[in-house]
Amino acid sequence: MNKFAALLLLLLSGALLAFGEAPKDSCVTCHSALDGKQSEPAKKFDSDIHRQAGLGCADCHGGDRNDDSMNAMSPAKGFRGAPKKTQIPEFCARCHSDIAYMHRYNPKMRADQLSQYLTSVHGKRLKQGDTKVAACVDCHSVHDILAVSDSRAPVYPMNVATTCGHCHSDPAHMKGYNIPTDQVEKYSKSVHAQMIAQGDTSAPTCTTCHGNHGATPPGVASVANVCGTCHVFFAQLFEKSPHQAAFTKMGLPGCVQCHSNHEIVKPSDDWVGTGPNSVCMNCHAAGDKGFAAAQKIAGDIARLKTFLGRAEDTLTTAEHSGMEVSTPKVELASAHEALVKARVIVHSFNPAEVQKLTDQGTEISRKAYQAGVVALEERDVRRKGLGVSLIFIVLAISGLYLKIRQIESRPSS
Amino acid sequence: MKAIVRPILNWLDERFGAGSIEEFLRHKTVPLHRHTIWYYFGGMTLFLFIVQVLTGILLLLYYRPTPEDAYESVQYIVTQVRFGWLIRSIHSWSANLMIFTAFVHMFSVFFLKAYRKPRELTWITGMLLLFLAMGFGFSGYLLPWNTLAFFATKVGTEMAGAVPIVGKWMLIFLRGGEEVTGATLTRFFGFHVAVLPGLATTLLAAHLLLVQRLGMSVPPGVEQAIKEGRQEARSMPFFPNFLLRDIIGWYAALGVLGALAAIFPWELGAKADPFVAAPAGIRPEWYFLFMFQTLKLIPAKVLFLEGEFAGILVFSLAAAVWVIVPFLDYRAGFGRVTRFFTGLGIFVLVFMGVMSLLALR
Repeated sequence: MNKFAALLLLLLSGALLAFGEAPKDSCVTCHSALDGKQSEPAKKFDSDIHRQAGLGCADCHGGDRNDDSMNAMSPAKGFRGAPKKTQIPEFCARCHSDIAYMHRYNPKMRADQLSQYLTSVHGKRLKQGDTKVAACVDCHSVHDILAVSDSRAPVYPMNVATTCGHCHSDPAHMKGYNIPTDQVEKYSKSVHAQMIAQGDTSAPTCTTCHGNHGATPPGVASVANVCGTCHVFFAQLFEKSPHQAAFTKMGLPGCVQCHSNHEIVKPSDDWVGTGPNSVCMNCHAAGDKGFAAAQKIAGDIARLKTFLGRAEDTLTTAEHSGMEVSTPKVELASAHEALVKARVIVHSFNPAEVQKLTDQGTEISRKAYQAGVVALEERDVRRKGLGVSLIFIVLAISGLYLKIRQIESRPSS
Repeated sequence: MKAIVRPILNWLDERFGAGSIEEFLRHKTVPLHRHTIWYYFGGMTLFLFIVQVLTGILLLLYYRPTPEDAYESVQYIVTQVRFGWLIRSIHSWSANLMIFTAFVHMFSVFFLKAYRKPRELTWITGMLLLFLAMGFGFSGYLLPWNTLAFFATKVGTEMAGAVPIVGKWMLIFLRGGEEVTGATLTRFFGFHVAVLPGLATTLLAAHLLLVQRLGMSVPPGVEQAIKEGRQEARSMPFFPNFLLRDIIGWYAALGVLGALAAIFPWELGAKADPFVAAPAGIRPEWYFLFMFQTLKLIPAKVLFLEGEFAGILVFSLAAAVWVIVPFLDYRAGFGRVTRFFTGLGIFVLVFMGVMSLLALR
């Protein structure tokens, strides 16, 4: 009997050892066996980043993970249960605002998410009892939370717009807040959304301009600073331009005034000037200084584009005719550069600055065009020369043919 | 005209017996029959070779055979040197035309069985000249040092490495090292302007002497018809009748070359960069395409041999068989047409044509 018991114990402990990978978590064990909503958290928890860090249900909800009975969920064992919506930020911040605790898991981790959140529109409204606003779990999900760098996470840069859009694009949900619900739709048409879609995670998404935990739309005065975080040179030019003071006085939102906020599309050259698509005409009218400046700038850029196009066409024709024009083509690249720079300098709204660049580019284009014309003239000279030599060759062949006939018509001696 | 030429010829005759050459030329005849047109292709190939030598010498005055300067020197020739563009394009086009006429000449000789006794040596020297011409084409192709040239040479010399035992040594010999570098350029330049011209001149002299010595071959069918009295044995004097006709052809070739140079100038391309990947769809010049395509289609392993080596082996054996065809088709020496060899020739021609077209697809 003793031998049998010892063997049984050996087998049991062996079994326990073999299956003892994860520490015992009675919460997961019981809740996985339940139906419907009760089992959801336990089933989702496998992929959660907290589980991978060795944490269990009790680390957030309290209770005793080693107790298999219902006693595991008693307040005596520190059980906190599921928090109400308005309690969620503090619930998560119990650990996430404890910098010493967080740094045990990730030394680079920030611990100011709660304090930032409380400054945000979401945070302020939640404190007032509005449970429709976003709290931690609305963006990060719950029980299957993934790291921000995981491409499946709702807060991964490529997914941020969709996550924000869950609420902000739902007119029924957003009823009463008096803000538009077309931001995500507009953003999806922007160049920034295209960059994100191509996998460039450094491209701006909602949180880049609005912040993430301390989400606040930038004020009118700070729009240029926000755009200027990446578009530094443009912001500097704008700041020194006459528009800076004028926009500030009129309370106009800097870059957004011409480029929009969410639907930021690739600008075209006809935005500058006095034409139907011009953004200048939104404020300026015929006769004012701005109108004249816009006209001059647009005119100079158009002139450069004309000369550039002409030079390109001529060089391409010459190249296709077999002429060697690689050197002028390389030089023409500088004219392209001048056009790109001119489009940047537009943001100084100073016609003289723009003209400096367009004059440079036009001069280079002119020289390249001349080289193309010379190449085409040379091509024509060669073809004429070919024509002349072919005439001589035909004459020679005719002469030889006649000589042959002459020789062969003689009776053989 | 005669007043100038006659005294000169007399002067030469007094010094090294030029009169006997003159006598010989006067009596040289060319048989006239329905296949006479093919007799012109040998002379056409010779004319194009002379064009190559003359344009090559002119290019040599400006070309610099180092990786730093080769491309730039060709660019200088086509943009700055007076008529440099013309000489360079004629040289490139004439190279291709020469190899084409050489193939036509070779196949016409094959099908008309002009290789039969006593002209076996003429055939062998001719075949060697054809191989030299392809060597000229391969070595010359690298000289502009542009992307296509660089990678075509890399791929082409890689084949040499596929031969077992001697392959590695052959590859290093051709490239002047493990990779295609400036050493390869120097070497190919040396082959192209010194070694191959020397060999070609010697073989050409032998080939032409043999042709003069043995006269023009009459196809077996025509010979038989003449023997049986079904056809008259007609001929024309080489000088001036055949030669004048030759010259008409040469003038026409010159016109074609000029037109090609002026309307379809040979491109400069981009300077070779050994560090970039080979351009997609890289392939050799048209006269190597049939071999290139065949090697692409051979499976990785054939019996116990590496696929590439098996391909090279087959081509080498085929070339060897082709060179000794006069000895294999010895019955032709008795005027008997062995259909097998005609069939073989048609097979080879069709094979080369089909493979070349497939490679161009």
